[in-house]
Amino acid sequence: MIELENVAYSYGGGELLSNVSLKLAAGSFHFLTGPSGAGKTTFMKLCYGELVATAGNVRVFGKDTREMDRDHVADMRQNIGVVHQDCQFLDHLSVTENVTLPLLVSEKGSTYNPQDLVSLINWVGLGKRANASPAELSGGERQRAALARAVVTSPEIVLADEPTGNIDWEMSQRLLSLLIELNKSGKTILVATHDLNLIRAAKSQVQARVLRIANRRLQLAGAEL
Amino acid sequence: MKAFWENFVGLLRGDASSDRVVPPSGFTFNLTAFSAGIMAFLAVFAMAFSLASGRLADRWGNELARSSTIRISAPADQMAAQTKAVMDVLATTSGIAFARELTAEEQQSLLEPFFGPDVPVGDLPIPQLIDVIEDDTGFDATGLRQRLAAEAPAAVLDDHTRWRRPLVRAASRLRSLGMLSFVLIGAALAAMVTLAATAALSANFQVIKVLRLVGARDVFIAGAFVRRFSLRAVMGAFAGTFVGMGVLALMPSTQGAGEFLTNLGFVGAEWLWPLLIPVLSGAVGYVATRMAALRMLRRLH
Ligand SMILES: Nc1ncnc2c1ncn2[C@@H]1O[C@H](COP(=O)(O)OP(=O)(O)O)[C@@H](O)[C@H]1O
Ligand SMILES: [Mg+2]
Repeated sequence: MIELENVAYSYGGGELLSNVSLKLAAGSFHFLTGPSGAGKTTFMKLCYGELVATAGNVRVFGKDTREMDRDHVADMRQNIGVVHQDCQFLDHLSVTENVTLPLLVSEKGSTYNPQDLVSLINWVGLGKRANASPAELSGGERQRAALARAVVTSPEIVLADEPTGNIDWEMSQRLLSLLIELNKSGKTILVATHDLNLIRAAKSQVQARVLRIANRRLQLAGAEL
Repeated sequence: MKAFWENFVGLLRGDASSDRVVPPSGFTFNLTAFSAGIMAFLAVFAMAFSLASGRLADRWGNELARSSTIRISAPADQMAAQTKAVMDVLATTSGIAFARELTAEEQQSLLEPFFGPDVPVGDLPIPQLIDVIEDDTGFDATGLRQRLAAEAPAAVLDDHTRWRRPLVRAASRLRSLGMLSFVLIGAALAAMVTLAATAALSANFQVIKVLRLVGARDVFIAGAFVRRFSLRAVMGAFAGTFVGMGVLALMPSTQGAGEFLTNLGFVGAEWLWPLLIPVLSGAVGYVATRMAALRMLRRLH
């Protein structure tokens, strides 16, 4: 689904990531961890084409992101659900409208069943907040709205960048169980987090691999957790 | 071109749902409508001015007789010599297409209304007339007069209709000036819409970024902004055009001396011309916003 081959990335100074290789198989569940500033968000951005590797290749659905034109990148994003670290909503639209935004921009909106939308909003527990403005939501509600928006197009892959940042433990557990549920339904999941407790909590519920960025390299971790 | 028109038609129809992604209202949108309105108002006058000077140039141009007359009043024994001298001068004057002595019968028929058919005009000492038709460039009247004075002192050049020629030229010049003003007003409108669009796009940078992140193609994002702006440009221009036409329609109309001033309006089917202004304004808004939007989008990956 997503494949990185000897990837390096630099924002202009020294290399932030070097020689990173990884294959995300269909239906797998991965955690990406590492200290703050290690490059987790950068790694995610490489995966959905917001950044292009300075060396090596990133292939999404078999296609190299470096060779994609702008429309191709847009279309590719319609097939990857992303929960961004800072959520990014349009505050002049309601929560429901924000959740359906990926459908609207892909013009798939008309074929979407309104009942499914209600179920989706209820699934993330925002039934009562559906018509609120995103600006009125709490941190946990924003993260759940972001997750609903990420999966509204039924993407094969869901990338979540610090989905449990700034929210309390109980809410983190709820969000984690939603992600695990998605994985059980066959989605490929990659979650970036610096919260090791979250990873420990997940390990008892799902078969997950844990990757760590350390010294610019990607390592397989987990045994020590 | 076909895609352009499809977009343009789609734009006028509007697509409420996808346009909601652009935050409502905003100062720049109103600024666009306001500028378009004022520019349209001015454009109506530039157009009316251009059409009115065009009408004037045409009318004067048609009325302008291309012919002059040379009158030779000489004693009978010198008449033939003077006439020949005049014809020789005319033959070597540039700007003359054709010159011809009027025959005795023609002269008689010209005088008939005054003397009646029975007066033997041939016996009277009437002047010989020569018809002069000038070509498109025309001749230099002062130069011709000087040459005639030297070669045939009895000849007098009568060119009373020629004085309008410079006025016709001035009226055509005014028409071009009116058209130039129209084009310049359009260019100013394009510049204003571009500025307003760029400002609006910068103010909505976050919105554009989110749309791009959730998988919107450039044309979708640009389209939402383009529709907003073109619609404002069309509506503003409609208002401005309407007011401009109203002002012209209410101008007092008089005949005679002040004709040019009071005829600064539209005549008959000409009233349809200003209706083009909102359409042009919309097209200008469309192109200007689209270019500004695509330029900004290229900075986002
Ligand atoms: N646009 C950018 N330009 C320059 N440096 C950046 C940019 N974005 C992130 N960085 C730097 O790259 C490093 C990694 O950032 P990030 O990928 O956000 O790490 P993480 O998500 O693991 O905390 C940080 O040192 C950050 O300052
Ligand atoms: Mg980060």
